[in-house]
Amino acid sequence: MNTIYEKPRSLSDVNFHYCPGCGHGVVHRLICEVIDELNINDKTIAVVPVGCAVMSYDYFECDAVESAHGRAPAVATGIKRCMPDKVVFSYQGDGDLAAIGTAETIHAAARGEAITVIFVNNTIYGMTGGQMAPTSLPGQVTQTTPCGRDPYTQGYPLKMCEILSQVQGVSYIERCAIDTVPHINAAKKAIKKAFLNQIENGGYSFIELLCSCPTNWKMTPKQAKERIGSEMCEYYPLGVFVDKIGE
Amino acid sequence: MKELMKGNEAIAAGAIHAGVKCFFGYPITPQTELAAYMAKHLPKSGGVFLQAESEVSAINMVYGASSAGFRAMTSSSSPGVSLKQEGISFLAAADLPCVIVNVMRGGPGLGGIQPSQADYFQAVKGGGHGDYRLIVLAPGNVAEMAEMTVKAFDLADKWRIPVMILTDGVLGQMMETVDMDSLPERKYYDKEWAVTGRSGRAHKNIVKTLHLDAEELEKIVLEREEKYRRIECEEADAEEYRADDADIIVTAYGITSRIAKAAVDRARESGVRVGVVRPKTLYPFPSEFYNKGYKKILCVEMSTGQMVEDVKLAVKCGVPVEFYGRTGGMIPGEDEIYERIMMMAKEDAK
Repeated sequence: MNTIYEKPRSLSDVNFHYCPGCGHGVVHRLICEVIDELNINDKTIAVVPVGCAVMSYDYFECDAVESAHGRAPAVATGIKRCMPDKVVFSYQGDGDLAAIGTAETIHAAARGEAITVIFVNNTIYGMTGGQMAPTSLPGQVTQTTPCGRDPYTQGYPLKMCEILSQVQGVSYIERCAIDTVPHINAAKKAIKKAFLNQIENGGYSFIELLCSCPTNWKMTPKQAKERIGSEMCEYYPLGVFVDKIGE
Repeated sequence: MKELMKGNEAIAAGAIHAGVKCFFGYPITPQTELAAYMAKHLPKSGGVFLQAESEVSAINMVYGASSAGFRAMTSSSSPGVSLKQEGISFLAAADLPCVIVNVMRGGPGLGGIQPSQADYFQAVKGGGHGDYRLIVLAPGNVAEMAEMTVKAFDLADKWRIPVMILTDGVLGQMMETVDMDSLPERKYYDKEWAVTGRSGRAHKNIVKTLHLDAEELEKIVLEREEKYRRIECEEADAEEYRADDADIIVTAYGITSRIAKAAVDRARESGVRVGVVRPKTLYPFPSEFYNKGYKKILCVEMSTGQMVEDVKLAVKCGVPVEFYGRTGGMIPGEDEIYERIMMMAKEDAK
């Protein structure tokens, strides 16, 4: 009998608390498949955020540190600087990475820290019940933008890949989407490349993943996936923004 | 070898002696020389010096390095230490050892850059959110700044607790000799809890502060309280100066204690039986040092009166406790303290 589906060893055998149709489960799996394939479970440290993924220390079957809101890149810096031979990745949502932790994000990139940043962008604060995120799209209705986000009073969404592309210290930036099978396969390839870049070149990588939050978008999982491919991909174009690997 | 150095440099030299692996900081006066010394000397001893983008980031880098089991520290002055409070609460909640230095300046707000002791409450009573304590050490001279830093790292590892060295702009900036050869040897502690990558370990290690179950969180907080009670029993320390036959005690820490000693010497010449109790640990507070039959206590601080509350608690209001303080960067003069002592002695004689 051929095994066609198996849980990655690096993914804990526990129930996840994520909602149906949420992107986190898929992203966790992709990361763990990469950790297994690179055989780095024994030397990987996950730095997890505040937000829906706060409890992911229970889901990644590797050593993990939960950090204060937005501070994951600073925590990861502290770990990696002490143990340059270990593999350190931060896992952060949009509020964590692009609002309260913007300074930590940009400066870890500027220093070219040898870490891998996984950025889950679902344009909303999920854990607290659906407030406006720094990446919420213009017109997006949230608990704190009941009439839709008005850029005139509530600002424009931040495009983190584009912003970080201006920072010299980074070596690899790519934006992918977690909606279709080809996109998910491309996302895994990007994640693997990012981990390899850390291991082989000591380079800083940033992978943004456009994900769905059906619960707070008030959509079915299917509608939510469709929103990624339409509205989100239009505002946040997929692709490689920086690739200096090998330079 | 004896070296003439500033207090800030002595702390840095003591930390390197104690095997600090990394220093993360952000520029602020009057702690500047500490980071400068680290930038110059720490890389030579195989350590990491990193200037962070903010105080917030610096303390979180300490959190990361400490999670990995390494000796890590940061230093700042008052407004910068306020910014670090989020991280300090997390370090305490995760039971992570580290050393944090506050070279105090006048506040509140941006305040000034002259010396102060007005961050006592913040250091000793909390500062960040939640039920937690730091061990707080108060050196009284430059040599002790080096020595106490070695002790701070040992205490942090021994108790798995953040330790703060609470000092002031005078001690930070003044120069005295330090005999680096006489520093105590550092101690080593197992850190089987550290996140180092599993490396064959059967279980994964997790450093975290989130406990959504209220019963579980209460249990963890109460266990930590139990640890604090043991720290109070074992680690409280103070210096007594001419206190054997004293009726009046002047109590002060840091630079203020040295001025107090000079005032006490003068009052002794005038025939007053007066001595000094200088707390070396502010938390745990050395309460028993105040209960030796003294008739009156004068607490002197560079603040509007913060440590004085702990002195009153120490004597359970059984002894009159008076306060004299200067603040905003002003330093109490020997004359001013001498006058207070003589007034108290005169009231006694009536």
